[in-house]
Amino acid sequence: MIPILNIPTDVLLGQLLLGLINGSFYAILSLGLSVIFGLLNIINFTHGAQYMMGAFVSWMLLTYFGIGYWPALLISPVVVGITGVILERFILRRIYDIDHIYGFLLTYGVALVIESIFRGQYGVSGQPYRAPALLSGVIDLDFMVLPIYRLWVVAASIAVCAGTWLIIEKTRLGSYLRAATERPVLVRAFGVNVPRMIMITYGFGVALAAFAGVLAAPLYQVSSIMGSNLMVVVFAVVVIGGMGSIGGSIVAGFGLGILEGLTKVFYPPGSNLVVFVAMILILTLRPAGLFGKAR
Amino acid sequence: MSDQPAAMLDIHDLQGWYDESHVLHGISLKVARGEVITLLGRNGAGKTTSLRAIMGILGRTAGSIRFNGAELVGLSPDKIARKGIGYCPEDRGIFSGLTVDENLLLPPVVGKGGMSVAEIHTLFPNLVERRTSFGTKLSGGEQQMLAIGRILRTGASLLLLDEPTEGLAPVIVQQIGVAVRLLKQRGFTILLVEQNFHFASTVADRHYVVEEGKIVDEIANDDLPNQTERLKSYLGV
Repeated sequence: MIPILNIPTDVLLGQLLLGLINGSFYAILSLGLSVIFGLLNIINFTHGAQYMMGAFVSWMLLTYFGIGYWPALLISPVVVGITGVILERFILRRIYDIDHIYGFLLTYGVALVIESIFRGQYGVSGQPYRAPALLSGVIDLDFMVLPIYRLWVVAASIAVCAGTWLIIEKTRLGSYLRAATERPVLVRAFGVNVPRMIMITYGFGVALAAFAGVLAAPLYQVSSIMGSNLMVVVFAVVVIGGMGSIGGSIVAGFGLGILEGLTKVFYPPGSNLVVFVAMILILTLRPAGLFGKAR
Repeated sequence: MSDQPAAMLDIHDLQGWYDESHVLHGISLKVARGEVITLLGRNGAGKTTSLRAIMGILGRTAGSIRFNGAELVGLSPDKIARKGIGYCPEDRGIFSGLTVDENLLLPPVVGKGGMSVAEIHTLFPNLVERRTSFGTKLSGGEQQMLAIGRILRTGASLLLLDEPTEGLAPVIVQQIGVAVRLLKQRGFTILLVEQNFHFASTVADRHYVVEEGKIVDEIANDDLPNQTERLKSYLGV
């Protein structure tokens, strides 16, 4: 093994992989937040609770119905996405025309309610959720041992992020979304049912959070507080990428995950802080974030 | 002529409000199928507001707007558009995050008989070489052509054009004029808002004069040479 800067390569690669995995979750979650913010102009503080619901629904599917990981990967985002659609249709829709702060307070309040319900029911200690047999085990690369499930998380995250980016940037549906982000009233005057599109977009953003939750279930324990811990970092990621920027949230998600991993190697005490230091630096130089446009 | 029973668009006593302020005070007008009609009037007279009221994007409206016999007042903007109305707003409404092609293909098809993209490119050749440019990189004239072009594809039979010549060079205004006459020949019905009555007189069949949210006069285009003084007094030119 050739050490780089006195750090053994396996330690470096191991932390890089950990960073990539954290980055995978940051990317999916901040992508969902960006999609929602772009069209709804709401910062969805319920996102962490919806991520937690994604993990919990897959745990419930397994525990109560014997439905395993692979179906859960689809069912759980759909179920949680539908709860998002209901939330948008009956509650969020009422506050689009008023100040941002109400959207923040409302979605934060909803998050507290959801988390309390799950905490009341299941406490704060984690429920274990086993990875499917196909993804269990490790690959031995000689210089390091790679858990297959972690590789799968990175691959699934890249696929979902790339797919979402393609839909938004390259399809007709995506051009409706981008146009409605700029001028919703005009898009509606062309004959597009914009309120329905907003409702479905919110559901999709929420489903992304739930998908991340299912991916997380075998890695971390399924618990009522798993979302709130993660979201603090994810909001920093969104701000760094640029609010509402699809590409920015993906790049910033993976980039900051890797930055965090590397910090663990070179200066371990700084690893919890590095994202926020990066946020301060970037916002000082580029107030709209790396890829954001001033609004 | 204006009392034809087969009016495609029949507006009666249209009232409109922006928030709390009452801005349309009983607009009544008729547009027959295939006609090109202009709304003339000073700034703030209620011309743009009338078009917005037809599209359902003015806050509150009352009265009646019948299109092919169906009542539009109270419908949502997307339902109104799907009845077959194409809207070209005063600021052109080009989406900056979309390319020229994406802007052109954006409005959904709302009826049969829309023009093909090739036909639109023949009408506005400038759009061809700018296909992959982003909307706001275009000149004002090109933006206007794009704003008109994209509602020709949809099969809308009534076009609402809000000041298509505003701020454009004379040579571009001529080009827009050629296009509007071509569209009339093709059977489009057009309701045009204009301040430039010289332009209006080269394309329209009739003119309504709007003042303080009401129609105060109606002038046939053939009669315009005799009515120039009257019109000038309305427009304050």
